[in-house]
Amino acid sequence: MSGHPEAAARFVADDAKAHWHDQSLWWVRKKRDAAAATVPDWEALRSAAARIKEHTLGRLADYLEEFEKNAVRSGAKVWFASDAAEHNAIVHRILAERGITRLVKSKSMLTEECHLNPYLEARGITVTDTDLGERIVQLRHEPPSHIVLPAIHLKKEEIGELFHGELGTDKGASDPKYLTEAARQHLRRRFLEAGAGLTGVNFAVAATGGIVVCTNEGNADMGTALPPVHIACMGVEKLVPRLEELAVFVRLLARSATGQPVTTYTTHFHGPRPDGELHIVVVDNGRSAQLANDTFRRSLSCIRCGACMNTCPVFRRSGGYSYGFVVPGPIGSVLAPGRDVGAHRTLPFASSLCGSCSDVCPVRIDLHHEILAWRQEIVRRKLVPVWKRAAMRLLAFILRFAFLYRLGAWLVRRMTPILPRAIVYSRWNVWGRQRELPPMPRRSFRALYRSRHGRA
Amino acid sequence: MAARENILEALRRAARAVALPDLPKGGARFADRRRQLGEALASVGGTCVPVADRAAADRALATLAIYREAKKIVSLVPGVGASSLEIGAVSDPHELEGLDVAVLPGTLAVAENGAVWIDGSVLPHRALFVIPEHLVLVVDAAAIVDDMHEAYARLAELPVGYGVFISGPSKTADIEQALVIGAQGARSCTLLLVGPMGERPAI
Repeated sequence: MSGHPEAAARFVADDAKAHWHDQSLWWVRKKRDAAAATVPDWEALRSAAARIKEHTLGRLADYLEEFEKNAVRSGAKVWFASDAAEHNAIVHRILAERGITRLVKSKSMLTEECHLNPYLEARGITVTDTDLGERIVQLRHEPPSHIVLPAIHLKKEEIGELFHGELGTDKGASDPKYLTEAARQHLRRRFLEAGAGLTGVNFAVAATGGIVVCTNEGNADMGTALPPVHIACMGVEKLVPRLEELAVFVRLLARSATGQPVTTYTTHFHGPRPDGELHIVVVDNGRSAQLANDTFRRSLSCIRCGACMNTCPVFRRSGGYSYGFVVPGPIGSVLAPGRDVGAHRTLPFASSLCGSCSDVCPVRIDLHHEILAWRQEIVRRKLVPVWKRAAMRLLAFILRFAFLYRLGAWLVRRMTPILPRAIVYSRWNVWGRQRELPPMPRRSFRALYRSRHGRA
Repeated sequence: MAARENILEALRRAARAVALPDLPKGGARFADRRRQLGEALASVGGTCVPVADRAAADRALATLAIYREAKKIVSLVPGVGASSLEIGAVSDPHELEGLDVAVLPGTLAVAENGAVWIDGSVLPHRALFVIPEHLVLVVDAAAIVDDMHEAYARLAELPVGYGVFISGPSKTADIEQALVIGAQGARSCTLLLVGPMGERPAI
């Protein structure tokens, strides 16, 4: 199976685009910084958010029951799905029983995780993703490359060409305003024709039984205000206790995600429309297992803002697709191995462990620590290549004896400059593939130190 | 239902006792809430127009190009704007397609982010705030709160129901991070802020 390094190599093959991608995301990161700086109690807010999540995850079963009771009282129907297959079957059943063949969706990473679209399409249902970025990648038959900015990997010319073929826009037109207007007209028709609207859930409030959906485009609102049936899909971890705690997360989410003070629409659903239905599908799909693991349980606090991706030097330079998981970036590198450590074993190594992700995380997930913990786990399970294990064992042996270390360092200093390039830059020198080794110093650090300070 | 029991049981096994923290006291506090609200709204592409009273709000509305050029109008605010269609006679929200302007009452406005709370119980159709080409919100200036903590504390005193915070017009930046106003919902959002500011509301 191809891992992160191979997929990243494909991404960086287009050097100009890789740099552009890097800069685009860094710009979003800077907007996040500016937004955070306007909030005087930002760090206290992050700490409170972290603690609220820890508390809520600590008694999730109770909050889930409370949520269910209140949601049912408000007229919603609450469904439970242990895994992706059950989730997909429930959504299909709701649609099939009502003879609905057209579904409009707003953004939901959970349904991406469950591969809902192909499941429904195979059963004769027309699914339209209505977030502009998601519609773009859906028309390209691609998954989103970023959880908040699904089409961040595409240039406007590529989108112009796509829309020319799919939506009949002028050939060569790539003005974002023009393309967005074309998508608006196209999606308006889809909203009007739909029999049901599906949304994700940003937050579920236990005390009120309500769900909160945040969008900038208003697509979740169009999709729930026109068709009479609303299906909302949520992971078990989306709960917050009360409106009081919700305030903390609403203040953090958009500022962390895009640098906006709040999303344009923050919609609170309590029960169905008088003339409609509200179905809430609560999904586990591996979450309770991750929660039972003390090392990785904090990763379930994630509110999916994407800040860790925008700041990550590896994500910015390797693109979302290099991760091969529905949630990419640092948080994906923690979540993915929790699902299938063998399949995603390269992800925890796609990190410089610089800790920038942990610094920007609005709920203070210890991302780089969890990434490191996965590396240890992956080595323990012997899921790293034999040559790497052998190299590490050799290094561990050398580092155990000072004289061996000194001898090794002396050999490297002396031999590297005189060996032919073909040997120094052989295929074993992975580091040297894209760059030159630094010039070898004449003396070791130890010798330098001794000459200046007497004995080391 | 096996899934429900299995999930609850698995979550119970993973339970840990962690106390709910005290929430940050203070939040954002602004010396001039009205000014901050106007700036916040402007920063998200909206416009805030302070007016003395409802009659002045009506006059201000009449000067807006979006209103003067509108053919299909719904106003849910008595005395501000004139509806061109009888909303009570609309039984299906699909009939609202093509609505040019909706004038809606807001319960409160939030200074830190320009958000206005629309109480769903005043909307005959939920589509009213998202389907029109242009949105006009009318809020009492006395109902400006500093931040979301204060806003939710106010909402907690009201009956639980459907409602939405709206901060500016619909927007997207999904094509090369270029901000485009008017994605799926309203292309403009004007807030008519009515009357004097009043004292800081007690929580």
